[in-house]
Amino acid sequence: MALDDDYLRYPHRQAGMDHSLYPTSNLFERPKIAWPGGKKVALWITVALEFFPLTPNDGPVRAPGAMVTPFPDYRTFTTKDYGNRVGIYRIMRVLEAAGFKATAFMNSALARRYPALLGDVQGAGWEIAAHGVDMNHVHHGALPKEEERAQINACLDEFAAHNVQPKGWLSPARSESHQTSQLLAEAGVEWFGDWGNDDMPYAFSSGVTAMPFTDELEDRKCLVTLGQREEVWEEQVLDAYDWLSVEAADHGGRILHIALTPYVIGQPFRIQSLRNVLGHLGEKSDIWCASGTEICEAWCAGST
Amino acid sequence: MGKEKSSAAEDTGLYDYWPYRDRPKITWPGGKKLAFWVAPNIEFYELNPPTNPHRKAWARPVPDVVNYAYRDHGNRVGNWRLMEVMAKYNVLGSVSLSIAMCDHFPDIIDAANKLGWEFFSHGIYNTRYSYGMDETQERAVLEDSIRTVEAATGQCIKGYLAPALTHTVRTMDLIAELGFTYTCDLFQDDQPQPLKTRTGRLVSMPYSLEINDHYAYNVFGQSPAQYTDVLKRQFDTLLEEGARSGTVMCIPLHAYLVGRSHRIGPFEEMLKYLDAHRDDVWVTRACDIADHFIQHHYDDALVNIKRGGQA
Repeated sequence: MALDDDYLRYPHRQAGMDHSLYPTSNLFERPKIAWPGGKKVALWITVALEFFPLTPNDGPVRAPGAMVTPFPDYRTFTTKDYGNRVGIYRIMRVLEAAGFKATAFMNSALARRYPALLGDVQGAGWEIAAHGVDMNHVHHGALPKEEERAQINACLDEFAAHNVQPKGWLSPARSESHQTSQLLAEAGVEWFGDWGNDDMPYAFSSGVTAMPFTDELEDRKCLVTLGQREEVWEEQVLDAYDWLSVEAADHGGRILHIALTPYVIGQPFRIQSLRNVLGHLGEKSDIWCASGTEICEAWCAGST
Repeated sequence: MGKEKSSAAEDTGLYDYWPYRDRPKITWPGGKKLAFWVAPNIEFYELNPPTNPHRKAWARPVPDVVNYAYRDHGNRVGNWRLMEVMAKYNVLGSVSLSIAMCDHFPDIIDAANKLGWEFFSHGIYNTRYSYGMDETQERAVLEDSIRTVEAATGQCIKGYLAPALTHTVRTMDLIAELGFTYTCDLFQDDQPQPLKTRTGRLVSMPYSLEINDHYAYNVFGQSPAQYTDVLKRQFDTLLEEGARSGTVMCIPLHAYLVGRSHRIGPFEEMLKYLDAHRDDVWVTRACDIADHFIQHHYDDALVNIKRGGQA
């Protein structure tokens, strides 16, 4: 039996994208961006602070890191909790020693459960960006709009109760519905990091700015998913810097995004690797280490 | 209709066993030992593709933002980097093309066409699979490919790599009938060879999964430097064997993978290595390899295969 005739119809076969979320754009034909101080590469370090409930969700998307064994999955729960108790403090010490600040993508459940962690991260001078309610509250295509709006508001309200007004957002598991960016715009979010399709920020149709999330250099993807050695991760981050620094000379400021996960890079046998990478980057004179909002605002100012 | 094909079979029925020894010698133009080509896959994956009953398009429910954006990176960033680096070393691409790219991003197609790159069909979208198509439907996809690429580039399509490597038992007969000269869908050899089709002269063109950047980075977890090392080893062996009888090396790429800032530099090292061996290597396009083989070696190969590989 043949496929349905619709399978050979292409309703969105047109110039540009097959949706209206954002227009297409060639990175190399955009206005050149100048970072503060004439630096070539903005270093954007982000750290995921995530809470994985012991009972996982039953929805269509389970976040990477969620429970896997029959209840109660103590091994997965405590491994993730390790990151929020121990790993994050190692990361903070290494960043402080290197003179760098990060942006934390934080579930609001952690602000509620571990206010000391929120205070310490703020005290380190890091930016707090919202990361949804918790890792069970995944946004996805089948989520009713009102429910998604309520999830976004619940997250932002929790932070507001702690006197934090996040300007940035990362959806749990970077999973979205078709209307996530619209709902984020309505909630007053300025930028989000769910879309990994560019090396520079760009404007979504909703008005929210997409920041370039580089999942290919994420510690979890390289070290856990792909099982690479720590030296290999270091080499790739530094190779990215080398290329971006050269490219920036011709095409304007670039961004090196390093996404960190406390339960991954915060392990005793791995933390040295972060120290090595930041040590090398610390020697570069053309790097501007900045928060998500600082980079986003510098980009907005320079691209209009 | 010729021979009947069913949905159960012991082998592909596309070629006979042909051991890698005592084959008629292949000589490439200029006496080169190795024919080298690069296959950038320039692809479009739809955000909301229709459902194929035989294969899911996305790992997550639609919209699978993470996986869609991952691939869209190639069309915003990677293709441009890859074109620039390949042009620097005078290496032409033979593009495995999601045909709808001609409609979505004509700038990319125009730029590659101006560089002299070849285009062959990789289906309309890489989210539309051949599984379940009847002959009329699969033919319609191929005719659409020919028509669209001719209109966008002036080129006549000569090759095929099925979308997402999804085939039917009729695929090879259909592309041969439509005048295609080669397919990249089969992995049984490092030399071109004739395939058994109802009509036409169709050549199996060595492509590769083993040194495909997707397998290297995402299946084997190789670092960019390790991948370059793998490519050099592949190159060394095939060049050495090419002294006996011409071999083919293809590097299949995806700009959304190799075009990342941490990978394009190490990949450039492979092109430098190639450049240092140009005297022995025919750096060319897949269509040229197929044409040369059909003109000079196809008939001898056919005779030798029929004799069971006995000279």
